Amino acid sequence: MIEIKNLHKSYPMGKESLHVLKGLDLFIKEGEFVSIMGSSGSGKSTLLNIVGLLDIHDEGEYYLNEELIQNLNEKKAAVLRNKFLGFVFQSFNLITYKTALENVAMPLYYKGVNRKERQQTALEYLEKVGLKEWANHLPSELSGGQKQRVAIARALVTKPKVILADEPTGALDSTTSHSVMEMLKEINAEGMTVFVITHEEDIAEQTDRIVRLKDGVIISDEKVNKTVNA
Amino acid sequence: MRFLFDTDTWQEIYSSIRKNKMRTVITIVGVMWGIFLLVVLLGAAKGVENNFNRLFGDFATNSVFVWAQQTSKPFKGFQEGKSLVLKMNDLEKIRTEIDGLAFVVPRHQGQAQVVNDFKYGNFGIFGDYPELDKVQKKNLVYGRWINDNDIKERKKVCIIEEEIYKQLFDKGEYPIERYIKINGINYQVVGMYKQGQVGSGGPQGNIHIPFTTFQQVYNRVGTVGWFMITGKPEYDILQIEADVKLLLRNLHKVHPEDERAFGSFNLGEAFGKFMGFLLGMQFLTWFVGIATLIAGVFAIGNILLITVKERTKEIGIRRALGAKPWEIKRQIILESVFLTSIAGALGIIFGGLVLMIIDATAGSGENPTLTNPTVDIPVVLIAAVTLVVLGTLIGLIPAQTAVSIRPIEALREE
Repeated sequence: MIEIKNLHKSYPMGKESLHVLKGLDLFIKEGEFVSIMGSSGSGKSTLLNIVGLLDIHDEGEYYLNEELIQNLNEKKAAVLRNKFLGFVFQSFNLITYKTALENVAMPLYYKGVNRKERQQTALEYLEKVGLKEWANHLPSELSGGQKQRVAIARALVTKPKVILADEPTGALDSTTSHSVMEMLKEINAEGMTVFVITHEEDIAEQTDRIVRLKDGVIISDEKVNKTVNA
Repeated sequence: MRFLFDTDTWQEIYSSIRKNKMRTVITIVGVMWGIFLLVVLLGAAKGVENNFNRLFGDFATNSVFVWAQQTSKPFKGFQEGKSLVLKMNDLEKIRTEIDGLAFVVPRHQGQAQVVNDFKYGNFGIFGDYPELDKVQKKNLVYGRWINDNDIKERKKVCIIEEEIYKQLFDKGEYPIERYIKINGINYQVVGMYKQGQVGSGGPQGNIHIPFTTFQQVYNRVGTVGWFMITGKPEYDILQIEADVKLLLRNLHKVHPEDERAFGSFNLGEAFGKFMGFLLGMQFLTWFVGIATLIAGVFAIGNILLITVKERTKEIGIRRALGAKPWEIKRQIILESVFLTSIAGALGIIFGGLVLMIIDATAGSGENPTLTNPTVDIPVVLIAAVTLVVLGTLIGLIPAQTAVSIRPIEALREE
């Protein structure tokens, strides 16, 4: 699903340049539940941005769904994001003046789905995250956990190949964090590739595979012992 | 173009406008003010022009008045300072020798004491031909103008202006067929007219008697006080003026270069100058109006730019969700066009209302300062189209800014 070979990325910092990713190799199969662990500055957010087509890598190869990503213009990137990727952010990133339903329906709007079908599909996904009753509420009327569930519904609504979650529980307390992680597990159980970025050990342990990043290189890549969940 | 008729597009615009009420209102007021000024200024300028046309409306403007003075150069044995008098023969000569004349009307003028019972006054008195009515339309309230029969029989009849009627008659009295005494001679009143704003150059409130009667009563047989000469529209009135004066100098044995022998007032030239002034005023109006409009549109661009900065994150989210740059761009441009259009429409409506108020106050009554202050529909349409085009162009700037920010940077912003 996601294949990365010798990926390099550096940011210009004045005259110097900051080498963030120093030759990463990573292969994620379809249906995997992977977490990227690392402290801040380890390059995990940069990796997610590149995987999410929000940023461009400098060197190396990146295949998304067997397609080599290169010479990407914004238009093409937008289409690919819409088609293959669903984002879940730490700060939810819901549009404040739109209702939960409208927020969930938005990716479908950019996909070109007609209004009626959009509403219907969005409502289905809201139901799936247990927020059907809250469809017509604004994000300001929802709790943090509810907001993140709306964001998850929004990420799922286009039936993407990969869900990219950037610190999805970072702004939530432990109980809601747990329910959000349960939801991501369910999604993964339905066959979707889920890619979580976190710095919390207990969150990472709930995934199937942990990739540890430090100073722009992968220091370990191991399967989680499943005895706890089995 | 399909997106223009898509309810979703308008839904997006509606919600973004509703979200930013303040900036929407300010923007609309800015552009509205521009087009409002343009409409009102153009309307007012048109009103002044209309008023001018109304005042001169009863006057053939392509006219020149010519009268005799004294010579200033000796010629053919005559010394300078010889008094000149225009003759009836000159009339025939002018008519036959000069090209491009519409009318040549000879007139006499003087002062007279006029008495009606115990009321009296001093007024200007004119000896006139029926043709005067064609050069200077008389707006008759009662009765008739001088006719050919009056001229032929030298009838003692007179036409009075409304002012004179007010001074000589009681209110509500019917003046026609009444007799008034002019310099001791009885004349029958056969008509009363109302004078426009600009008179014939004589004193306000005149009495008109048949030209031939004037000649006989005031011992001016065979002479003419002055000529009112009107050229056909396609002829240059300045040329006619020069030709007539040269011909007169020739007929009266005056030095061909004696400029002071015959006096003249060129109404056409004065009118032309005033028209030039009006044109200048209209140009100024357009200039000020368009400049204000541009300022307003720039205000829109500025405000949109600020909102784009405010909405950076939202735009970033949308792009992460798969919005193509063009979709973001057209949304912002459409917002700009929509706002300018609404503002333009409101400006035109308010401008129209203010013109109606102006018309109701300054445009009515006895001596209105403006007549029919209006703006032509094509002018309004041009202004509206200009506005939309400018709105689109100015919308491009914030739209470009919006898509030039990389989505990752937009999302990072807190």
